[in-house]
Amino acid sequence: MAAAAARWNHVWVGTETGILKGVNLQRKQAANFTAGGQPRREEAVSALCWGTGGETQILVGCADRTVKHFSTEDGIFQGQRHCPGGEGTFRGLAQADGTLITCVDSGILRVWHDKDKDTSSDPLLELRVGPGVCRMRQDPAHPHVVATGGKENALKIWDLQGSEEPVFRAKNVRNDWLDLRVPIWDQDIQFLPGSQKLVTCTGYHQVRVYDPASPQRRPVLETTYGEYPLTAMTLTPGGNSVIVGNTHGQLAEIDLRQGRLLGCLKGLAGSVRGLQCHPSKPLLASCGLDRVLRIHRIQNPRGLEHKDEPQEPQEPNKVPLEDTETDELWASLEAAAKRKLSDLEQTQGALQTRRRKKKRPGSTSP
Amino acid sequence: MAKAGDKSSSSGKKSLKRKAAAEELQEAAGAGDVATESGVQPPKAAAFPPGFSISEIKNKERRHLMFTRWKQQQRKEKLAAKKKLKKEREALGDKAPPKPVPKTIDNQRVYDETTVDPNDEEVAYDEATDEFASYFNKQTSPKILITTSDRPHGRTVRLCEQLSTVIPNSHVYYRRGLALKKIIPQCIARDFTDLIVINEDRKTPNGLILSHLPGPTAHFMSSVRLRKEIKRRGKDPTEHIPEIILNNFTTRLGHSIGRMFASLFPHNPQFIGRQVATFHNQRDYIFFRFHRYIFRSEKKVGIQELGPRFTLKLRSLQKGTFDSKYGEYEWVHKPREMDTSRRKFHL
Repeated sequence: MAAAAARWNHVWVGTETGILKGVNLQRKQAANFTAGGQPRREEAVSALCWGTGGETQILVGCADRTVKHFSTEDGIFQGQRHCPGGEGTFRGLAQADGTLITCVDSGILRVWHDKDKDTSSDPLLELRVGPGVCRMRQDPAHPHVVATGGKENALKIWDLQGSEEPVFRAKNVRNDWLDLRVPIWDQDIQFLPGSQKLVTCTGYHQVRVYDPASPQRRPVLETTYGEYPLTAMTLTPGGNSVIVGNTHGQLAEIDLRQGRLLGCLKGLAGSVRGLQCHPSKPLLASCGLDRVLRIHRIQNPRGLEHKDEPQEPQEPNKVPLEDTETDELWASLEAAAKRKLSDLEQTQGALQTRRRKKKRPGSTSP
Repeated sequence: MAKAGDKSSSSGKKSLKRKAAAEELQEAAGAGDVATESGVQPPKAAAFPPGFSISEIKNKERRHLMFTRWKQQQRKEKLAAKKKLKKEREALGDKAPPKPVPKTIDNQRVYDETTVDPNDEEVAYDEATDEFASYFNKQTSPKILITTSDRPHGRTVRLCEQLSTVIPNSHVYYRRGLALKKIIPQCIARDFTDLIVINEDRKTPNGLILSHLPGPTAHFMSSVRLRKEIKRRGKDPTEHIPEIILNNFTTRLGHSIGRMFASLFPHNPQFIGRQVATFHNQRDYIFFRFHRYIFRSEKKVGIQELGPRFTLKLRSLQKGTFDSKYGEYEWVHKPREMDTSRRKFHL
């Protein structure tokens, strides 16, 4: 029962109180999962990523420096390990070939053996990336390649099987028109599929594309959006554009071929903390400090598809949308979106009571 | 006399009107369809050809007359209907159906999904551990710094002084051109818990920034009435700690703001002194009033309004201290997206 409940969740969201929420968009319900049974602020989720075995396991990085394994099949937290070293919260979490890669705020990047119950053990590899890291991202095509960037910490690409020096170190752009140094603050990084390029979005409202294959270390393309720091970014299924969100809750789609703004998405009232596009369908899930998970349709027509109120302090970090087995689910979801307002009555604060009525044990685990 | 003259002239006009109507009718009936009705003095509406409306009359005076006559008739019909309904109610007595409640915007409010359910454990947990928890657990008591934007004028200065009498344990300081980002670390070092900045524009206060020091910052638009401008007010407030009333903060956002206001005043359920500060939220506007009450008997209370009176509207709520450029906003008011429906409110 719990397995069935956990498996049908389309979007996984981590929150500031340490609860992992699985949202089932078809039934428009959210299920809470906690490791300890009680939400705790020390366990605030700061990073999420899929584990091995293709979307059956989620690795949850918490503020108290533990990484928990959560199984979507069984709906319970299977184990955890403590990853000490460095200061600050996790900024990036990844898994590669049976190893776990973590990066913390103070710049310590460590690779650990990924045995489930292994709570001790020294890291296999440790790198110092530089202080003030805001994001570490793994290249989906090459699992041993990671990129890091942060505040006053330029973009660097590291090959974990190679040397201790970064493979690519980005150079800052030229001084601006007042001949002042342009500050660096990389908030989010994404690898573009099909090539070696990377996109970053910065806290100074710039979006930049870097190409390590080209001889220039400066960004190949740079555009700006808005006046507020961009906090989250995701690639669209087409691969030619990205969607960025800023601290005011404005979401914009930016085309990377020309650097143009394609359009904006509205609805969010708070700072955007997590964005994730569906791998094939033009749907975007967004969540932010205003405690609401929203699903948007990116084109034809652009609009809000679904809104979910978890009634929780959300500093959610997101995880890729599951590509659930059947397309029928998604098709029915899109059909459901036509009658937009009816969604809202179902996702009330009485989610909990609804759950109890339906006897769905997707609630807090033992 | 004049009255009779008027009457005759108006009735004269009316009879003229009727004659004119009759003429029109006769013209219209030239085709011969309504030949039978043309002889009788026709009542105005029934005899006109269908699809005719008063607005098609080209003559302005005649059109106006026709319209006023139509309006009077409508009013008469409405009154008659009301009387009839009232008689029916009286006749039925107790068995009459209940009176229908008139629709108001507050009645028709679109249900907000973030309305807090009192039994919601997640929200309860969140509130138990957020930045205001230490205040509500009586571990810290508030100490407030009130200041203004640079170079304040008279009204703003007086508002600050009056606010400092309303809020206990508060201190007013002149701004003198200091940057807020520099003031904030100093406040934290001196154990202040809250900072209020009153923004001024063209000699009147128009904005308020309320910053709970390590935590959220709220920015409001406001309008103000000072103490001397309040009619029939009582004497100045004393040093007693006032009670607080927070009304109608139902949504999750409303809860946060309500807690912010509550954390300005010392948390002490034993009330001495009969002063009360009220923050009443209606349709996203927060009304602040300050009264002194006295119970004349069990059910009768007398109140005197003291103190300044102002209205606030939330513009944004920011996590962390005041940083308008790089701060992260928990809620921002976006007029084009949020104000599309007259019945949807956020607080």
